[in-house]
Amino acid sequence: MCRLAAITSNEYISPMEPIMALETMKEGHDGSGLGLTLKNLGGAFEKLKKYPIMSGICSMAGKKMLDDFMKKEGFTLKHEWKPKLKQVKGIVPHDYYFARAYDYPAAFRNKSHQEKEDLLMNTRLSLRKIGEPGEALFVFSFYPDVLTLKEVGDPLQVADFFGLDDDRLKAKIILAQGRQNTNYAIYLYACHPFFIQGFCSMTNGENTAFVPIREFLSSRGFPGYMGYNSDSEVFTHILHYAVRQLHLPLPYYKDIITPLKSTEIDMRTDREALRLMKQSLRSLCIDGPNVIIGFTPDGTCFMVHDAKKLRPGVVGGIKGRYALMSEECGVDSAVPKRDRSKDLFPMKYDMVIVSPQAEEVKVWNQQQGQY
Amino acid sequence: MEPAAGSILDHNHHLSLREFPYIIRWRDDRCKRCGRCTAVCPVKAIAPSVKVQRIVRSEGPLPAPTAVRATTHVVEQVTDIERYCTGCGACSLVCPNEAIEPELNPQNKFLHYKNKGGDAYKRGGRRNDPSVSTLDRLKFTRISMLTDPALDAGRHEFRIRSLLGRILPPEEMPLTLDNGVLGIDKKSGKFVPPVREIFPIMIGSMSIGALSPPMWEGLAMGISYLNEVEGLPVVMASGEGGMPPRLLRSKYLKYFIIQIASGYFGWDEIIRALPDMVEDPAAIEIKYGQGAKPGDGGLLMAQKVLKLIAKIRGVPQFVDLASPPTHQTKYSIEEAVAKMIQSMSMAWGFRVPVYPKISGSKTAKAVLNNLARNPFAAGLCIDGEDGGTGAAYNVSMDKMGHPIASNLRECYLDLVKQGKQNELPLIAAGGVGKKGNLAANAAALIMLGASAVAVGKYIMQAAADCFGDEYNRCNLCNTGKCPRGITTQDPKLYRRLDSDKVAERVVEVFKAADVELRKIFAPMGRSTELPIGMSDGLSIDDKAMAERLGISYAC
Repeated sequence: MCRLAAITSNEYISPMEPIMALETMKEGHDGSGLGLTLKNLGGAFEKLKKYPIMSGICSMAGKKMLDDFMKKEGFTLKHEWKPKLKQVKGIVPHDYYFARAYDYPAAFRNKSHQEKEDLLMNTRLSLRKIGEPGEALFVFSFYPDVLTLKEVGDPLQVADFFGLDDDRLKAKIILAQGRQNTNYAIYLYACHPFFIQGFCSMTNGENTAFVPIREFLSSRGFPGYMGYNSDSEVFTHILHYAVRQLHLPLPYYKDIITPLKSTEIDMRTDREALRLMKQSLRSLCIDGPNVIIGFTPDGTCFMVHDAKKLRPGVVGGIKGRYALMSEECGVDSAVPKRDRSKDLFPMKYDMVIVSPQAEEVKVWNQQQGQY
Repeated sequence: MEPAAGSILDHNHHLSLREFPYIIRWRDDRCKRCGRCTAVCPVKAIAPSVKVQRIVRSEGPLPAPTAVRATTHVVEQVTDIERYCTGCGACSLVCPNEAIEPELNPQNKFLHYKNKGGDAYKRGGRRNDPSVSTLDRLKFTRISMLTDPALDAGRHEFRIRSLLGRILPPEEMPLTLDNGVLGIDKKSGKFVPPVREIFPIMIGSMSIGALSPPMWEGLAMGISYLNEVEGLPVVMASGEGGMPPRLLRSKYLKYFIIQIASGYFGWDEIIRALPDMVEDPAAIEIKYGQGAKPGDGGLLMAQKVLKLIAKIRGVPQFVDLASPPTHQTKYSIEEAVAKMIQSMSMAWGFRVPVYPKISGSKTAKAVLNNLARNPFAAGLCIDGEDGGTGAAYNVSMDKMGHPIASNLRECYLDLVKQGKQNELPLIAAGGVGKKGNLAANAAALIMLGASAVAVGKYIMQAAADCFGDEYNRCNLCNTGKCPRGITTQDPKLYRRLDSDKVAERVVEVFKAADVELRKIFAPMGRSTELPIGMSDGLSIDDKAMAERLGISYAC
């Protein structure tokens, strides 16, 4: 089972912090991969917030593919960050790791936010399509102020391999996943966290309802709902579908993935809408066992479980810094000086929501439909 | 042709018992000549007879055998094809000495002869194919083992429920948002179709008329008990032939799906009851076809049209009631289906789901696509070739129709392509529980894409001990001579059936199926929502079948 470590803070933190938290949970992952998504970037990217950042891995042939494609599409390179790679035993390096900030093509500079988002996603999908054969090019995210790093190996060794302790890379929200490879071959596109148009999530446990959910999402006619090399990718896409496409407030994500019983719905003030949602979004009900940790475009972070709470999760911290982890020892590592009695162990009806800048943490209760 | 022995008639044109599907094994030494077997035989295939025989007797304290020629009473099987032994076994049931039983004769040439007077063979039951069906070959192979915890069928909360009715696509939900709380936008004028939450196994259409009063009553009582007492929302379809007027006006109507078919039998009474209805029915099923006899309409033989049936159906007594193969007042799929759905919806103020039922067919997808575009269509019931019937031509039953598994699957995948898999529920029928595996067959069909399944023949067998099977045993439903009293209108026969016992069995069957469904879904890690279309959970031991169904091959 994968281990998950997320930290949201009002100050820039190093990716080493969630990775060290993962290290405390090492019993639970087999070191088959590390995925990192950073949002609200510091360092060199702090001044480039309006420019989309493309994160990926490629071979030299893939790099040419990328350069040619981006040039053809009219994107201009503003800045490039490359990790200072170290040789680490057990990690077979790819040719080229990159996080590149681009300026939009001239025709898109004054377009709406939504149009720009669609352009970025479609560009990422096109690159995925041309780069996937022969694994020449992997693109994990292409969005302003978001950076993603993924590689196969033990998380700490991967961090060492990327030289993440060099202080160049910082962010206020960092999601890290230590991968436990189970059913699927180790493939970079199967590695969490998953990202789509500002929404990101990572999950542990298997998703037993994967196939019907995948079929439902794939048939929405939205080009970004693809891939699904991991059964957990659907959780990110359900989040995106609920909040961006259906314009539902974030807590309703919980109502979609783990709908209440009819008798429980009757107790909610929004029962009429819930009844309708339960029917129309029936195919997106998850059956677990999963804990999902994610963020939305405004920097809100959350943790939510399947209805049977078959995977644990804990949120703890202090104002300005909260850790959302799959295990308590991870929180101890990330925020050691806190009042542990205030740690939150969300139960089956709870959704823990940490506001942007880690300002406050709230628990939304599904039975009551309120915080 | 001259008789072989001159002017003495021989038996040249008589059938031998070897031509018959069942041969009666009668034991002279056990028989006490009570006559119960000959009295009970529904087809008079056996008859008491008198014979002169050489009999060896021994009387007195010591063995002293003497042979005598004497006249004795025997039970004989007749060789008249019209009185063939159906193998029902009613004779064995009543025999006090286990002296008689029918034995299947696999070498029979029954179908060669069962067309006397040019009358093609008609019967009840289902397709006479005892081989293992596709449904019974499907296995549940995705078991949650260590990588994720299997659920506990006894401890975890399970919701084995499905939805019947057209479901709005999420993008069309008329929602409002007020201070972070969702509501329904009632000013939008958006039609929100009626949807029922049901148990995913329903009792399929079997009419009053086809079924005897105690059988229909027993089913209805069982269904009501399941809903009212057990909390299992099982629904039952009426079949073509109306419903008892009192039931139409009762609160229990909500557990029934009323069927309208091409003969419109019973609809005078239904329309008359409309103003007095205190509850809406669960749904309206428009029957366009039936899996057992595709292209044929309903058929109630004259001998079953007694006073009660004639009254409910609004027809004279003792006439054959043959519904036309199609709805005569309509002429194209666009018009027929849309208008019928619209009319039926309107009759209940658009508060009742209305869906068509068709025979399994290569053309099912065309019907489906028509329905997918009709926002008032509440679903589609597809009845596969193994569906049962009360009366049909044998050739229709045995040779016409499409197996349900691949028909259902291709329809579901077609909906997936259009993104409408959750909008138009598919109800699968035809052969569910054929070998007794009700829950397993239902679960397999659900994982192939069905929202619910319907059973008919199975419930007759399980709840009322119907003798019928796929070796053409009994299958006398059409004649009105059902030896169990299930499909007859003859009070002498149907008084054998106790409606309370039928109701009890219906309750037992559904409660057990509920448990078995949990036992299937729990190890697969599913409990909250019905695993509709969870095809990764299924495998089959045939590569071609696996490919056709889009599931994995396992051996």
